[in-house]
Amino acid sequence: MLSRTASSLYWLGRYIERAEFTGRLVEATVRLDAMSARPAGEGAWAGALAVVGAESRFAATGHAISQKHVSQFLTLDPLNSGSVRCCIDAARDNARAVRTALSRDAWESINRAWLGLHRRSKAGDTQATISLVEGVVTEARAFEGAMHRMLRNEAHWLMRLGMAMERGDNSARLIDVKYHLLLPQGESVGGPIDRDQWTTILHTVSAVTAYRWLYRDGLRPSSVAEMLILRTEMPRSLAASAEEVVLMLNAIGKLTGMQGEADRLARTRQLSLGRRHINSIIIGGLHEFLGEYIVGNAALDQAIAKQFRFP
Amino acid sequence: MCSAAVQCSMGTMAKHPFFDEIYGTSGGKTPRPGFEKLAQWLSETGTEELRARQGAAETAFRQLGITFAVYGDDDAAERIIPFDIVPRLFTAPEWSRLSSGLEQRVHALNAFMQDVYGDRKILKAGIIPEELILANSQFCIPMVGHKPPHGIYTHISGIDLVRTGPDEFYILEDNARTPSGVSYMMENREAMIRLCPELFELLPIRPVDCYADNLRAMMVSVAPPRSGSNPVCVLLTPGRFNSAYYEHSFLADNVGIELVEAADLQVDDDVVWMMTIEGRKRVDVIYRRIDDDYIDPLVFRPDSMLGVPGLMAAYFAGNVTIVNAPGTGISDDKAIYSYMPEIVRFYSGEEAKLPIVETWRCREPAALQYVLDHMAELVIKLVDGSGGYGMLVGPASTKQQIADFRRALLAEPHRYIAQPTLALSTVPTLVEAGIAPRHVDFRPFVLSGSNGTVITPGGLTRVALAEGSLVVNSSQGGGTKDSLVLHDTGNA
Repeated sequence: MLSRTASSLYWLGRYIERAEFTGRLVEATVRLDAMSARPAGEGAWAGALAVVGAESRFAATGHAISQKHVSQFLTLDPLNSGSVRCCIDAARDNARAVRTALSRDAWESINRAWLGLHRRSKAGDTQATISLVEGVVTEARAFEGAMHRMLRNEAHWLMRLGMAMERGDNSARLIDVKYHLLLPQGESVGGPIDRDQWTTILHTVSAVTAYRWLYRDGLRPSSVAEMLILRTEMPRSLAASAEEVVLMLNAIGKLTGMQGEADRLARTRQLSLGRRHINSIIIGGLHEFLGEYIVGNAALDQAIAKQFRFP
Repeated sequence: MCSAAVQCSMGTMAKHPFFDEIYGTSGGKTPRPGFEKLAQWLSETGTEELRARQGAAETAFRQLGITFAVYGDDDAAERIIPFDIVPRLFTAPEWSRLSSGLEQRVHALNAFMQDVYGDRKILKAGIIPEELILANSQFCIPMVGHKPPHGIYTHISGIDLVRTGPDEFYILEDNARTPSGVSYMMENREAMIRLCPELFELLPIRPVDCYADNLRAMMVSVAPPRSGSNPVCVLLTPGRFNSAYYEHSFLADNVGIELVEAADLQVDDDVVWMMTIEGRKRVDVIYRRIDDDYIDPLVFRPDSMLGVPGLMAAYFAGNVTIVNAPGTGISDDKAIYSYMPEIVRFYSGEEAKLPIVETWRCREPAALQYVLDHMAELVIKLVDGSGGYGMLVGPASTKQQIADFRRALLAEPHRYIAQPTLALSTVPTLVEAGIAPRHVDFRPFVLSGSNGTVITPGGLTRVALAEGSLVVNSSQGGGTKDSLVLHDTGNA
């Protein structure tokens, strides 16, 4: 496989994942704010911006932090490189470059997502925003479905590798921000607002029901953190992403007969996550732990680019 | 997808009805022999049903991204070419006649290039004036004395044909450089099979999807001898911003070869390599969809960013085959076109089976006089012009325009040729008001390898969607149709 193609496939996976995550983040924030009996207001939207690291980019627009402006910024703003629109544009651009490596279904789902956003200029009211996000999530699911029915070749593994790398990064950012920023001063841990915040996290990673299956004893921050960091049964957890990355790299290595630094880094990370307990992570500082994870993920990304000779 | 050669004029033709591919000259009343079933299908299916199916096809094309880019038009950066659901049909005898004419034509084009880049026998014999070849901007000097692998120049040809009557086919243009449009042949067929399956039960239609296999077999057959039985073939595209990118990716995908850009290739010690995740891999055959001028900045345009430095050196060293060979532009040049009957005769010893459109070379005094006497009826063009520049469409011009052009023509007659306006055949087409005849042309695709010549039974039919228009170019509101070729069942 061409190195340029490999790079496009990897980034295609990352952008699709990022588009879906950002969309879900907006939807969950809408729930937290507008649809909640106790609207979280501005804080909820400031938190959403922090999760995707876009506070300063949003500030540059000159708009006040509000549902209207932030949801517009995160979904459709063509000047926000992390908006759902820009992610889908970038995904489609990469997909166009590798048309030959994609199945027809996989391409069509990306193109449909793009067409859906293409003529849309306003995110609109709560209902319109949610339907926009649902449209993107539907096509992301269609893409994933199509991808799973593709030939198990390098193209398939590279897209999944990109998705897994992005997913780990997104989940780490989500937990980090929600855990530290969203708990308003003076609010006790376990109080009603806190509970809403944690539910929002679960909504963002579509894991409300999963949580109930895994933890029968009600919402507890440490349990949510454990689920999202260490439980490999939970597909969006850091541990599951780390495991998926190792599997994808192994699969590619089997086809090419070559392994390298990326494989080594990925395996080390997976092993070290497997040895951790949530209590020790929280005692040692969750924020520090998550920060290290994000930095490690970026280093792994670099190693992948080098190993596969991305242009 | 551009041929500027189809002109528009209603002038002298209004007297005779145009020949219709389904109804002949019956004025839409009686189908021609062999076309009864298609005519019946057309009337039984009904306009509204056809319209619904056509809408479904266009939605599908848009979702698939079968688009062509229009430069400088941001909003419509990606358009689909209108697809018309009423197909055009060739009977088995019609097709067999066309095929043998096309085969003869392509053989002649190849022989011609072997000769002009080699011994130049045709010039020595005085068949073509020497300066018309040697001083032609399409004559590729670096190719002189270099025989391409297996002696084949034009591996892929898209020959543009027009028709004016039951047996009157004319070659309008030989596209021997990098002809496009073959993806429409295949995608239009896919759409027809999905939307009008009953048509394929009704008629014994020959499939076109063999094109991809044939293309691959052809590429393998022309690989440099050293590359063994499983040569590495690639398709070289200018990139995803090129207007025909969809076709490039479609072909690479269907043929099962890598779609590469110049940056993916590297020439080292006269060997071409592509950069892969496993390191570099040797390339044997390059189907390039980049013009000669851009393929190698060391030999052609030095400012080209699309090309691969050193590619021509690797080519001359015999380490890689370029499909089509550089320099094929000399064979489909407008100045050469009028000599094609002589060229065919010179190399094959036969008369051309497919005639060209009658052409007056204004360089010849008698022809010039005729042209000057008939300017209002003729189409007069610059041999080195393109895209409609330097062209006079007599019947559509004012007296003043004709007088101005006359002066230009007299000043440099050797730069001009003239042709009559043609009464292009029509095919019933779905338009706003219902089904109505619209003018068409036809581009079949001919593959030539060391394994022989293969003509896919089908091609690209372009249709001028505006009433009375003879301009089928996609950039000017032209659409496409599926082109069906029937099996020889003995009773078609």
